[in-house]
Amino acid sequence: MAVAPSSSNASSAHGARAQLQPPTAFLPPWGWATLLLFLLLICVAAPVLALAVPHGSNLHLSQYWVALAGKILCYAMVALAMDMVWGYAGILSLGHGLFFALGGYAMGMYLNRAMTAASGNLPDFMQFMQWTHFPWYWQGTEHFAYALFLALAVPGLLAFVFGFFAFRSRIKGVYFSIITQALTYAAMLLFFRNETGFGGNNGLTDFKVLLGFPVGTMAMSVALFVASGVALAGMFLFARWLVRSKFGRVLTAIRDAESRVMFCGYDPLWFKLGVWTASAVMCGLAGALYAPQVGIINPSEMSPANSIEIAIWTAIGGRGTLIGPIVGAVLVNASKSWLTVAMPEAWLYLLGGLFIVVTLFAPYGIVGLWRQWRLRHG
Amino acid sequence: MVEMWMGQIVAQEYGADGDAEAGYGHVRKPGLDISHGVALYLDGISVSFDGFRALNQLTLAIDVGELRCIIGPNGAGKTTMMDVITGKTRPDSGQAWFGQTIDLLKLREAEVVAAGIGRKFQKPTVFEDLSVQDNLELALKTDKRARRTLFFRLSGEQRRRVEEVLELIHLHDQAARRAGDLSHGQKQWLEIGMLLMLNPKLLLLDEPVAGMTDAETERTAGLFTSLAGKHTLVVVEHDMEFVRRIAHKVTVLHEGSVLAEGSLEQVQANERVVEVYLGR
Amino acid sequence: MRRPGLVLRTLLGLTLLAVVHAAYALTPQEALAIAGGDTDSRIAALRQAVQHPDPQLATFLHKLLNDEVQIDGGMVQVQQGNDWINLATGQAVTPSANAEGVVNNNYVRKQLESARAALDLFSPSRAARLKAVRQMQDDPASVDRGLVEQALKIERDPEIRKRLQLLHAAVLLTSPDAAERLAAAKELAASNYPAVRTLLLSRLDHSDGQHTEIDPTVRAQIEKSLAAIDERLAWSERLGTLFSGISLGSILLLAALGLAVTYGLMGVINMAQGEFIMLGAYATYVMQGLFQRYLPAEVHYSLLAAVPFSFLVAGGVGMLVERTIIRRLYGRPLETLLATWGISLVLIQAVRSLFGPQNVQVDNPPWMSGGLHVMANLILPYNRMVIIAFTALVLLAMGLLIARTRLGLFVRAVTQNRAMASCVGVRTARVDMLAFGLGTGIAGLAGCALTQIGNVSPEMGTGYIVDCFMVVVLGGVGQLTGTVAAALGLGVVNTLLEGVAGAVLAKIAVLIAIILFIQKRPQGMFALKGRSVET
Repeated sequence: MAVAPSSSNASSAHGARAQLQPPTAFLPPWGWATLLLFLLLICVAAPVLALAVPHGSNLHLSQYWVALAGKILCYAMVALAMDMVWGYAGILSLGHGLFFALGGYAMGMYLNRAMTAASGNLPDFMQFMQWTHFPWYWQGTEHFAYALFLALAVPGLLAFVFGFFAFRSRIKGVYFSIITQALTYAAMLLFFRNETGFGGNNGLTDFKVLLGFPVGTMAMSVALFVASGVALAGMFLFARWLVRSKFGRVLTAIRDAESRVMFCGYDPLWFKLGVWTASAVMCGLAGALYAPQVGIINPSEMSPANSIEIAIWTAIGGRGTLIGPIVGAVLVNASKSWLTVAMPEAWLYLLGGLFIVVTLFAPYGIVGLWRQWRLRHG
Repeated sequence: MVEMWMGQIVAQEYGADGDAEAGYGHVRKPGLDISHGVALYLDGISVSFDGFRALNQLTLAIDVGELRCIIGPNGAGKTTMMDVITGKTRPDSGQAWFGQTIDLLKLREAEVVAAGIGRKFQKPTVFEDLSVQDNLELALKTDKRARRTLFFRLSGEQRRRVEEVLELIHLHDQAARRAGDLSHGQKQWLEIGMLLMLNPKLLLLDEPVAGMTDAETERTAGLFTSLAGKHTLVVVEHDMEFVRRIAHKVTVLHEGSVLAEGSLEQVQANERVVEVYLGR
Repeated sequence: MRRPGLVLRTLLGLTLLAVVHAAYALTPQEALAIAGGDTDSRIAALRQAVQHPDPQLATFLHKLLNDEVQIDGGMVQVQQGNDWINLATGQAVTPSANAEGVVNNNYVRKQLESARAALDLFSPSRAARLKAVRQMQDDPASVDRGLVEQALKIERDPEIRKRLQLLHAAVLLTSPDAAERLAAAKELAASNYPAVRTLLLSRLDHSDGQHTEIDPTVRAQIEKSLAAIDERLAWSERLGTLFSGISLGSILLLAALGLAVTYGLMGVINMAQGEFIMLGAYATYVMQGLFQRYLPAEVHYSLLAAVPFSFLVAGGVGMLVERTIIRRLYGRPLETLLATWGISLVLIQAVRSLFGPQNVQVDNPPWMSGGLHVMANLILPYNRMVIIAFTALVLLAMGLLIARTRLGLFVRAVTQNRAMASCVGVRTARVDMLAFGLGTGIAGLAGCALTQIGNVSPEMGTGYIVDCFMVVVLGGVGQLTGTVAAALGLGVVNTLLEGVAGAVLAKIAVLIAIILFIQKRPQGMFALKGRSVET
C-alpha cells in the first residue's frame, strides 16, 4: 500500500533522503583473527605440546591440564547457550544444568555399554541392584551415534515440551526462573534414586572404552579436548549467526518490550521456544563431551546451585555479548580449580562476592566494563 | 441503528469471504469485509476486575476511514477498551467485530495484528536496544513466522518502504541510532512509524501526543488527518486542543460506557458531559 | 512425697503384697536356680519366682540383666560397685578362682526383661506401672495370667486398670474354658492394640486343618471383635496421616512465611531465605550454649529465649543486607535473584568458618520430648504439636502486624504505589528495610523451630528454598491466605503420596504437579484479577 500522502510534504520539508545503514560485518577482522588463533591453539599448539613435546620438558602439557582445559571448554559452551536465552531473549534459566547433565548421562550410558561389551560385566550399580540385564530405556545406547542423538534430542525435547507450556502460559521473568529451578531439582531427586536406573548417587562412571579406544590415555584426552574446542567455536558461529538474524533481533525486542512484539504481529512463543530449545541442545552436546573427560556424570550436576552458577559465569563475562560468557566461564572455573585447592575456605566467599559485585556494579560484566573504558578513552 | 448493524452481522456468513491476505500470518481466517462501511463494532462489552466494572455494556461503532477521538476521565475504560479489541483482555460478555466477519474475541494478539489492527501504547514502547531502522524493519509487513525470520533479508522494495517511513516520521538522520536514546517525542513518532510499517486498516492510538512539543503535536495532527480516509483511526487523547484540531467525531466514555457522541461542539454542549468530565 | 494419696495407696499395695506373699521372699536357692543350670530350668525357676513378686527379686533381675551376677561354688554373688556380695549372707566376699560370671543367652535375656516388666506392675510409681502394662500389652502371649490377676486386685488407677483388664482378656483368650474365651473375645473388641489384633488373628488360624479356636461361637465373636478393632485402627491411621501432613505443612508454612513477606509483599526474590532460616537455627544453638555456660540450671528453657533471639539475629542480618545490597536492586528482579544467591553463599561459608562444617546439636528440651498417645498406633509427638502451635502463633502475629499496625499499612502502601506512598510522607526506604527485616526475621523463627526436628548444619537452608518458592508461587504472590492453603495442602498431599509412592517420588510428583498447575493458573490459586498493565 502506498504511503500516506503527507509523506512527500514531510520529506520535502526537510530535504534529506533517509539512508539505511548497511548491516555490520558478521565478525570484525580482529574477531576472525581471534577465532583463528583460538582454533590454532586448540587444534595444533595444544596437541603438539601434549603429545610431541617430551615429558621432562618445561613446555610439556600434562594430561591434568588437558583434561581441565577440556572440562572448562564444556562449561564455556553452556555459558554461551545460557547467553542466548538470557542475554538476548531475557529468559533467565536456573535449570540449564539439567540439560547439560542429560547430555552427559546419554554419553555415560554409551560409555557404560562399551565397558560392558569389553569386560562382560554389567555396571557396578546394576550388579548391586541385582539386575541381570540393562533396563529397556538403555536399549540401543550401545551405538555411539544413537547415544549422541539422545544427548541432543532428550534435552531438546524436554526443553521444547516444558518451554511450550511455560511460554504459552506467558510465564516469564522470575516466575520462569523459579520453575526451571524446580524442574532441575525434581530431576535431581529422580536421578538420586537407585531404581531410576542411572546409578543413583554415584551416577555413571567406570568409563573404559570410547569408540574402541581406551579412555584415560593422553591421546584420548587430547582428542576430546580438540573436539570440545571445535564444538565451542562452531557453537559460537551458530550463536553469532542466530542473534544477528532477524530472528535474533526479534528476541532482543521480546526481551525489551514483549507486548510491542505481539502488536507487531509476531507470536513470541515460537521465538522463545526456538532459542530455548536450541540452547538446551547446545547444553546437551556440552554435557556429552564433558562426561568422558571428567570420567563421571552424577545427579549433583543437576543441583540448583550448579545451574545458578552458570548464570554467574554469563553475568561476569557480560551477557548479551556471546564472547563475554565464554570468557566468564573460563575465568570463574579456572579460579575455582585453583582456589578450591589452594584456599578452599575462600572459594565460596569469592563466588558469593562475585554474584553480588557483578550484579551491583557491572551488570554487563567484563565486556561491558571494557566497552565503557573504550568509550571513555577514545 | 444498533439493531440494524446487528442484523447485518448475524446475516453475514463467517468465513464466506475467503483468504484475501494469503501468505500473511499463519492463521487462515476470513479477510476483512468492510463492505458495509463499518470498520469496528463493539456490542455490549462488559469487563470487570474483582467487582470493579471497567467496561459496562459498551457499544460502539467506528466507520471505515473515520478518525474518531475517544475522551473521558481517568478510569472511564479507554485503555481497557483497547485491551479488549487487541485480544489482551477477554471480556465477560459482549461481542467485538472487525469489519463484518472477523470476531476479535477469538484471536490472539499477533492474530489481531495480522488481521489489520495496529496499536500504540500510552507509554511509548519501542525496542530500546535496537536501532531505529531495526525497529521499523521488525514492524515491516512480512511473514512473521519464526522460521521465516531466520534467513530474512530486506528486499529493495522493503528497504524503500523503511526509508519512506523514516522520512515521514522525521527520523531519517537517526536511522542507526539506538531507539532508547531518542527523545520522548521521537519515540512517540517512532512508534507511530512502526504502526505505519504494519500498514493496518485500523489504528488504535493511546495518547499519541503526550510528551510532544507544540511543533511535533502540530505535525502529528497533520499526519493523522492525512491518514484518515485510507485508514480508520481511533485516538484516545486528553489534549483537547489536539482533539479539536483533528476530530470529526468525538465519543465520551464514562464509567465504562458511552456517555455522549457527536462533534466536539455538540459534546461540549452536553450537560452531562460537562458535569462528569469537564468538571464544571 | 508428693501426694499423700499416692503414698497411702502405695503403702496399701505393699502391705497387701506383704500379707499375701509373706512366706515368699527370694531365697538363695531360688536365686541359684534362676542364675544357674540349663536354659529351660532357669526359665522355669524364673516363672516360679515371679509368682511371688518381691523387691529383692526385682533388684536381682536387674543385676542379672547388667551381667553383675556370678556363681562361686554353688553360691550366688552379686556385684555392688567394686565389691562382690554373697546373696545369701549379704556379706562382702572375695570371689575364688572358680567364680563364673552368669551368661544370659538372648532367649533368657528376653524372659528376664519381661519378668522385670511384670514386677514393675507392682511398683509404687504410676509411670513405671503404666510402662510395664504397656510393654506387656505389646506381647500378651508371654504374659502370666496369675500376675495380671494379682495386679488387678490392687490396682486403683483407672487407666492402668483398664489396660490390665484388656491384658487379662488377652491372656484369657487361651484359657481352656470356652465361656471365659468368649467373654475375653467380647471384651477385646474395645482394644486398640495391634498386638491384640495379631493375637485374635492367631486364634482364627486353621492352616493345619485344625481350628486353633475350636468353639465356633467364640470364633464368630473373635471375628466381630476383629472387625471393630480394624475399623478403629484404620481411623487412627488416617488421623495419623493427616497429622503428619499438617505437621509437614506447618513446617513448610513457617519456612515460607518469611518469603511471603519479602517476595509476596515486597516483590524481592530472596534466594538467601533458606540461609536466614539457617541463621535462626544457629542463633538457637548459640543461645543453648550461652545457657549451658551461664545458666546451666535453666538450660531446658534456652529454647524459649532463642525464639526472640533468632528473630533478631536473622532480622538484623536481613536489614543489613537490605541496606547494603537489595536496596540498589529494586525493580531488577533477576539481578536481585543472583545477588541474593551470592549472599546465601557468603552466609553459608561464614557460618562454616565460625561453627565448622559439621552438624551441631540442639537438644530437645524434656518438655517437648515424648508424645501424646492417642491410640496404640497413633502417637502425636509433642515437638510436632509445639511447632504446629508455634506456626499458628507466628501466622497470627504476622497477620495482625500486616493488617492492623502502621508498619503493615506502610508496607502495603509502598507495595501498591511506591511513588504515591513517598508523596504522602511514608519513608519508603525505612519501610523497605523493616519489611525485609520482618521477612528474614520470620525465617529466623522458622530456623529456631526446625532445630527441634532436623539437623542444624550450614547447608540446612538450601533444601528449603525450592519448597518455599513453590508454596508462595502456588498460593499466589502477595496472598497470605493462599500461602497458608498452599503450605498445608502441599504438606498433606505430600504425606499421602509418600504412603503410596515413597518419599522421593512423592516429592517429584508434587513438584511436577505444581509446575503443571502454574501453567494453568500462572497467578496461583488465590490470584486477584487486575487491570492489565502495559508492556
